[in-house]
Order: sequence, then C-alpha cells, then structure tokens
Amino acid sequence: MQDIRNRLGVFLAFSGPTFIWLVLFFVVPLGIIWMYSFGENVSLTEIETTWTLDNYRRMLEPEILQLMGRSVWLAFVSTLICLLVGFPMALLIASASHEAKPWLLLLIMLPFWTNLLIRTYALLNILGTRGRLNQLLEWLYGWADKILNTVGLNHLGILGDGFTPLKFLGTQSGVIYGIVYVSLPFAILPIYSSLERMDKSLLEASMDLGAGQWQTAKNVLIPLAMPGVVTAAIITFIPALGQFLTPDLLGRGQVDMIANVIERQFKRANDWPFGSAISLTLLYATFMLLAIRSFNDAARARRTGRS
Amino acid sequence: MTRATRLPISRRKFLAGAAAVGISFKIPKSALAADGKVNFYNWDTYIGENTIDEFEAATGIEVQYDLFADNDELFAKLRGGNPGYDVIVPTNDYVERMMAADMLLPLDHSRIPNMKNIEPDFMDPAFDPGRLYSLPYMWGTIGVGYRKSAVDEAPTSWNDLLNSDKYAGRIALMSEPQTVMQMAFKAMGKSLNDFSDENIAAAEKMISDQKPNIVAFAPDNGQDLLLAGEVDFAMEWNGDILQAMDEDDDIGYVLPDEGGLLWEDTLCIPKGAPNVENAHALINYLLDAQVGADIADFVYYATPNAAAKALMSEEYTGNPAIFPSAEATAKSEVSVYPGQEIVRKVDEAWTRIKAS
Repeated sequence: MQDIRNRLGVFLAFSGPTFIWLVLFFVVPLGIIWMYSFGENVSLTEIETTWTLDNYRRMLEPEILQLMGRSVWLAFVSTLICLLVGFPMALLIASASHEAKPWLLLLIMLPFWTNLLIRTYALLNILGTRGRLNQLLEWLYGWADKILNTVGLNHLGILGDGFTPLKFLGTQSGVIYGIVYVSLPFAILPIYSSLERMDKSLLEASMDLGAGQWQTAKNVLIPLAMPGVVTAAIITFIPALGQFLTPDLLGRGQVDMIANVIERQFKRANDWPFGSAISLTLLYATFMLLAIRSFNDAARARRTGRS
Repeated sequence: MTRATRLPISRRKFLAGAAAVGISFKIPKSALAADGKVNFYNWDTYIGENTIDEFEAATGIEVQYDLFADNDELFAKLRGGNPGYDVIVPTNDYVERMMAADMLLPLDHSRIPNMKNIEPDFMDPAFDPGRLYSLPYMWGTIGVGYRKSAVDEAPTSWNDLLNSDKYAGRIALMSEPQTVMQMAFKAMGKSLNDFSDENIAAAEKMISDQKPNIVAFAPDNGQDLLLAGEVDFAMEWNGDILQAMDEDDDIGYVLPDEGGLLWEDTLCIPKGAPNVENAHALINYLLDAQVGADIADFVYYATPNAAAKALMSEEYTGNPAIFPSAEATAKSEVSVYPGQEIVRKVDEAWTRIKAS
C-alpha cells in the first residue's frame, strides 16, 4: 500500500466528498439531536438547549426501564434464535457445491428486496388465529383426531376437546417471530462469510488426527467461525432493539418496545428532547458494545500474535 | 488478457449521453402551466376521485398532492418551518395547537366566496371563532363499530368496551393515547375534555385493567380487524366503519349513550406558504357545491357544506352513521386541545399502560 503522505492530494480528492457527506448528513444531524437531548421545549415548536439532565433522568422512571428491559430481552431472544437457526444454514451454504452457492445466497437475499412493511403484513396473514399456520395445525389436528378415532383411542382425550388455535399476534412470541424473520439474512451472511474464508484443511487435519465430527465442530469449526458469529450477533441485536414496526403490527400494540416510546415522543407527545435522550441512550449502548468488541479483538490479537 | 477491449461507445460519449438524459427529465410541468402551482397536503383517500384533475383543468393551476397519515405527522413536518405546503387539512384540535404555535396564515374571506355554502352551525366554532384560520372540510364522529350477529343488541355504553369482561377477547381500541383516554372519561360519565389528574389516573387504571380483554390497539385499521372477524367491537372513526359496512352488511355503527367524539377536519393555509393566492383558489374550489358533493360521495364522511349536502342522495343524508341523530350528537363533544403539559401527562400514563 502506498504511503498516504505521498499521495495526499489523491486521497483527499477521493475521500473528500464522502467525508463531507458523512459530516453534513450524519454527524451534524446527530449533533443536533445530541443538543436536543440536553434541551427543553420552550414553546410548541422550539427547543432550547439548557444543558439540563432532565430528559436523561426521566429515563430512570419505572415504565421506561421496564420497556428497555423488555426490548433488551426480546432483542436478545431474537438474536439467539437467529444465531441458532442461522449457523446451520450458513454452514449448509458454505458446504454447498460451487454452482449451488449463488442460488442459495439468492434465496436468502430475495425476501430482503421486498419492503419491510409488506413482509410484516404478510406475517399477519400467517400468524393470525385464522391464519395459515393455524389452518395447517387445525388440519393436522383433524387428521390426528381421525387416526385416534379409527384406532379407538379417542376416548382417552389426548387431544383435548377441540382444536385451540395458537396465539401469536399480540404476544411476545409473535413479535419475536417477526424480528427473527426480518433479521435472519443479517445473521446468516456474516457467519457464511467467515465460514467461507476458513481454511477447510484444518477440519480435515482434525479428523485425520482422530477427533470425531462433533469434537471437530466444537473445537475447530466453531472457534474459527466465532468472529463471524459475533458480528452476526451485533448486527442482529442492535436493529432488533430499535424495532417499532413489528411490535406495533404483530404485537397488536400490546407488546410495546422502547422504539415505540421514541416514536411517540417525536409525534404525539411533541417532546423531542425526551425522544432524543432515549434514542441517544440506545446509541451509547451500541457504541459500548462495539467498543467491547474492539477491545476483545485487540486483546486476542496480542494474545495469539496474529489478528 | 493482452489486448485491450474496446467499448462500442467511448466513455466520454456515454457520460455525455447520461447527462443529457438526466437533464431532459428535469423540465418541470409547471413550465407548461400558465398559472403556477399549489402544494396540497392531505389525508390519504380523502378527496374525490377526479377532484384534483378537475381543479387543474378548471384553473390551470398545477397541484402537487402529498399525503400524510395523521395529525402528528402533519405537525411534526411543519413545526420546524413550512417545507412548502400551501393547503393543509388538520383536525380541529390541531388547528388550535397550530394557532397557539402561530403556524397558520389568516384566511382572506373575500377570496373564498364559496364560504356561503357552509352550514351556519359550523361558522363560529369554539376552536376558531369567526373562522379566521380554517374552513370546514369534513366532519364525523368516533364511536363503536360492531358485528351485529355477534350481539343481541348494539353496545350501549363505553363501559362495555373499556370496563367490563362482557366482550373479552373481542375488542379493538384505537392506538391514539388521548382519544382512548377521552372515551374512558366518557365511560366514567365525565366530559372528554376534563383532563384532571384524578381523571387521568382513573382512566389509566381502567385501561390497564382492561388490557387482557383487548385484542389490539389498532392504528387506524380497526375496521379491517372487524371485517376479518378478529374482533367484534372496534372503537373507530365513523367513515372507516362505513367503508366496512359497505363490504359487509353484518357490521353496524353506534354512538354509545354517553356520546362519542365529534371531530372536524379543516382546510388551512400554513405560514410560509409559497402560493397564497392559489391556496385560496383551491380552498374556494373545494367548497363549491358540486365539488363538495363529489368528494362526499367518494369519501363518505359527513359534509359541512349545506349546498353540497342538498345535492346528495337520501341514502347518504339519511344514514345515521354519517349524520347521527340529534340526541346522539347532543351528548357527543368536540375535543379541545388541552395544552402541552397535559399532552405529556397523557403520554406518560399511556407509556405506563403499554409497559404493564
């Protein structure tokens, strides 16, 4: 790589526009929001930055802490499920034949090109009490009932009195389902990418030296894929924390998350300083997670002598 | 590869061609129109099918028609300064809010002769005495849509939805904090504008306790839940339920005994509007008798335009869901903007309800 100092002019010419864009449309607006979070409403439309900590203090109220806790929990469970489902899928794609790989990747990415709102509405169709999933279960129930009838065991009442549909909408499970559905591609791709770059001969070596398949997976495969898994976890967890559409639609307004509160502050409650404070708290948490990760990476690099 | 491949078009020609295409797209329609344009910011599906086209044809003014989903979005868009809208359609309590925030331009009544078409009852409301800043567009009520075959008799009280197990698991409320609280006040027999601390606390408790019986806090799609059979009772705007009634005869609409909420959507001109003259022309056009009748026929909300109402069918004017009876209206109230402090208290109560 050429020394930046030698080609400073070229470097600035190429990075300049990006840098200006980043400052104008990212740093400045965030800065304004940051100032708002230390401000208060002086009229219906004006905010004055008085450097008050009131907005941050309001975040310690029980209902806000409750909603934060619920959001962290739902995001955590969704991330866990995404990782548990995403890892085998990434493994499948990484081990697929050279011709099949692009198609499998396309299958993962294709739903992504459909608008988020439409995909969430589609889930409404599937998860409702009379939705497709419950229709399928009801049909299966009917068959199980019929079989038990013919065998003569139906008096045992194993299947209960009748089919009760599973309730997803308006519950936490529905919201988790929605978040997982929307975040799964984010989880699969980093894991796939780190599996793809892994040196396959290490796995062969491990098997040659006598380790079983499960031992190889546990001691060689997963540790080597760990950077990808950590990336997947972070880029699934953070957007999941900020979801407001999924709780609103799939949670039927019953499973509010912290982002719903933020949305209300900027609209109905007309309390932009408070909304800014909550948003920035999420941002600080994100930065902390990323910082912890960098420190971990640096520590590991020092320990193992390679990056 | 040792031999460089040649593109069929040289890079310079390609860039020149792309620039030409880009520029050609920029010729604005208003360069062709003689009289300029007007920027109209309205609710979705809240105008006649051909109203905009007919206005453009009649006056030669080009209309830039944008949509917003609710009053909060409208207010949030305008509070930092008018981004260029000429005519907006806020609801009555938001007109009050905007008047308090000095965001509206006084209307020049001399440029709106069709004002004479409006029902006299609407010409001097409490929220805008003398109609200095707004003129009425549509009005209606908030009540209860219900499935007739699911009940012996229509629901008679807000308590049925907010305070009892009678219809457990079959109820949808709105997702607007203030409106739901106001109906809770009604259920308690109080005025829906009485935002005292005791009332807010009592309403918060009532709604929290009722939460297990509620299927959904529906953001403007209660009628869809009703149609799908997910709920049998939905607190909704009358126009939304009327749309559902159109598709399904089994659906009815009723104003409970305590009364419902009376709302009025109005036409206003925000400060900083770039085309004030054309804005007045648009408002005048919308208040025309035939135009008003076409809008009412399509949108199916109640029109405050007496001249337009005279042109409508009996099916429309006699529909109790559109024009409720005098007794039903007598108990219903208009919502007054309660001020920022109460808005904040209501929001905090609502967050507590949602967090539980």
